[in-house]
Amino acid sequence: MKKHIVTSLLYTLVTGLLLGIVYPLFITGVAHVFFRNKADGQLLYSKAGQLEGSKLIGQPFTGVSYFHSRPSAAGTGYDAQASSGSNLGPTSQVLLDRVAQSVAAEGKRGDVPVDLVTASGSGLDPDITPAAAYFQVDRIARERSMDKSQVRTLVDKHVTPREFGFLGEPRVNVLALNLALDAAKPVQASR
Amino acid sequence: MTSYGWIQIFLFFLAVLALARPMGTYLTRVFERRVTFLDRLLNPIERVLYRVTGVNPAEEMRWSEYLLSMLVFSAATALLTYVLERMQAFLPWNPQKLAGVAPDLAWNTAISFTTNTNWQSYVPESTMSYLTQMLGLATHNFWSAAVGLALAIAFIRGIARREMQTLGNFWVDMTRGILWVLLPISAIFAIVLVSQGVVQNLRPYDSVKLVEAQKVSTTGADGKTTTSDVTTQTIAQGPIASQEAIKMLGTNGGGFLNANSAHPFENPTPFTNFLQMLSIFLIPAGLTVTLGQMVGSPKHGWAVFAAMSVLFAVGLITCYAAEAHGNPLLRGVDQQVSATQAGGNMEGKEVRFGIADSALFATVTTDASCGAVNSMHDSFTPLGGLVPLVNILLGEIIFGGVGAGMYGMLIFVVLAVFIAGLMVGRTPEYLGKKIEAYDVQMAMLYLLIFPLVILGFAAVTVLAPSFGLSSLTNHGPHGLSEILYAYASTTGNNGSAFAGLNANTHWYNTTLGLAMFIGRFLMLIPMLALAGNLAAKKTVPATSGTFPVTTPLFTTLLTGVIVIVGALTFFPVLALGPVLEHLLMAAGQSFK
Repeated sequence: MKKHIVTSLLYTLVTGLLLGIVYPLFITGVAHVFFRNKADGQLLYSKAGQLEGSKLIGQPFTGVSYFHSRPSAAGTGYDAQASSGSNLGPTSQVLLDRVAQSVAAEGKRGDVPVDLVTASGSGLDPDITPAAAYFQVDRIARERSMDKSQVRTLVDKHVTPREFGFLGEPRVNVLALNLALDAAKPVQASR
Repeated sequence: MTSYGWIQIFLFFLAVLALARPMGTYLTRVFERRVTFLDRLLNPIERVLYRVTGVNPAEEMRWSEYLLSMLVFSAATALLTYVLERMQAFLPWNPQKLAGVAPDLAWNTAISFTTNTNWQSYVPESTMSYLTQMLGLATHNFWSAAVGLALAIAFIRGIARREMQTLGNFWVDMTRGILWVLLPISAIFAIVLVSQGVVQNLRPYDSVKLVEAQKVSTTGADGKTTTSDVTTQTIAQGPIASQEAIKMLGTNGGGFLNANSAHPFENPTPFTNFLQMLSIFLIPAGLTVTLGQMVGSPKHGWAVFAAMSVLFAVGLITCYAAEAHGNPLLRGVDQQVSATQAGGNMEGKEVRFGIADSALFATVTTDASCGAVNSMHDSFTPLGGLVPLVNILLGEIIFGGVGAGMYGMLIFVVLAVFIAGLMVGRTPEYLGKKIEAYDVQMAMLYLLIFPLVILGFAAVTVLAPSFGLSSLTNHGPHGLSEILYAYASTTGNNGSAFAGLNANTHWYNTTLGLAMFIGRFLMLIPMLALAGNLAAKKTVPATSGTFPVTTPLFTTLLTGVIVIVGALTFFPVLALGPVLEHLLMAAGQSFK
């Protein structure tokens, strides 16, 4: 028994150092040298050098002049140190009330694309479906006094197709789209 | 359901099928200590490791000693994690200055990672330091997977060997599994993941100024609503990719971040998602080939593979169909599939994965004892959520966890052979070995401990409004599903959750910890005893009356036994949970 204990402790220590220190530091080193931008989370900076967000992490957009992102259950919404889904089941009245509220917030313009009124798994989903983006074109055009076709073209440009043509689903990165929208026609100028 | 969805599913299965033989052949070579292309690099490391730790690689162990080594080692690793969690405030690589972890949570987490469950009662990004994650948790992803692999190999040796008292050397099997299999594949996989956008750094969290500042109103415990301005977003960072790789490959499933593989930093693209699902099945599928090769009947390995595939397909189709159909209770919502959206039940799912990849991931992660999630199972439709639950309740033998799936499946094989023997009135034989009373007793013990723990704990919890039901997020039949899923997932060492259940309480931390402990260690005793007993047996030559274990008939019988045992045990509780919820949902009922 004593031999088992000694061997176990030594084995834990030696392989622990290999697997818990050497291995992750090696990967961190390789990542830092060859894929620095990706390893750091694809952060986006403004021209002034201000950190504006991450390409991968969604931000909350609820105002009328921005493309809305999905509802979020992460903290108070898009809290990127408290990622979480709502975990509400399909028969939960809380879920149904929340969805009804989101549907109302989109105005009475026909059925709302489902992703726009449902919370994502991470609460940080950076994307909406193309359907959800096109659904909001009329509102954005009105609020920013832009041509519908201009807004529509902007959305077209931001649709990411299926990866390699068949993996996953087509999607629109909301942060990138809204930053492009601000660049095309700032909110202040339209008011 | 879309053609793109089916194409992805078809390609996924094709990839699993294509990789099974090379992976299985490699595993056979590694564990039979034959020559491999990595020997030049790894042999010296292996020798040093044995010298430092005092292991004699030539020594063979009886089943009881194999078990003892494994238990003592598991205790040592659990202790390390417990200490690291409690002490993390005083240790380096803690840029967020996170405090030490509370004792009951630290215990639950140490057991959870030691048992390959990776159930998480906590939010990692605000609980665990980088050092705790790397040295306390990621290490267990390697160790517990290597332990599972070693045990499966020991069991296969039990079948393959004749008139021998030993099953191999635990330390050698561990070392071969870590150095030749898990570490090299993880290292390559981690770097591929980083190249696709999975985060890997040791930096402090980033603070971002939001493009559109938000007004947020929250209702406090006193019922008052307070409104506050949110202008910044703090983005959690960390050495994620290195842990992500072994989390999937070792079928561990413990996320570096709370949202697990739904989080864009863990699983940023459909391609990383595809690779992650593939890596879950890589070793378990390979082991079926290893089984066939080591017992000298490759066709037997493929017959087992076929049974697993059938169960996989049935679950997947059910889950995909249910999720694609959507939630009939939603009003004013477009859930139809079209060229511009996937439609269906999107609550708890990510847009980049849509319905098909979410349903596939949920099926794969519960077929195996992985438990990583890329969508929230709690928010699945009743029948969509039934599939992961049933996959776990069947014992996670559909490819299964690394090693654990294989020995779990072999218990069912013994049972199937026994039943076939009863049906034709002959002494049952399995690959030339007579299956006798002791063998069947051990197999049944293994199969009975499992439902006893799940149903026992779930029953007590359901009867306790104060400490049981108070943790529920959802009510009605869905509440029962939440509790049942928690005990199934922990006893089965899966680790995924109907996460609406707030499990970070004394009752849940303690009992779920016990469930994980029993589900791993107590079930191993009859399993290894059976293996030891099989190894000692003589083999008898096959005759025309021997039940063949290589044919479609065998695959059908094996599948049937698994389904019948599962249905007899769990149908009543499933009827009161997901099935009832489905019927009530169809009738338009919701629950407050």
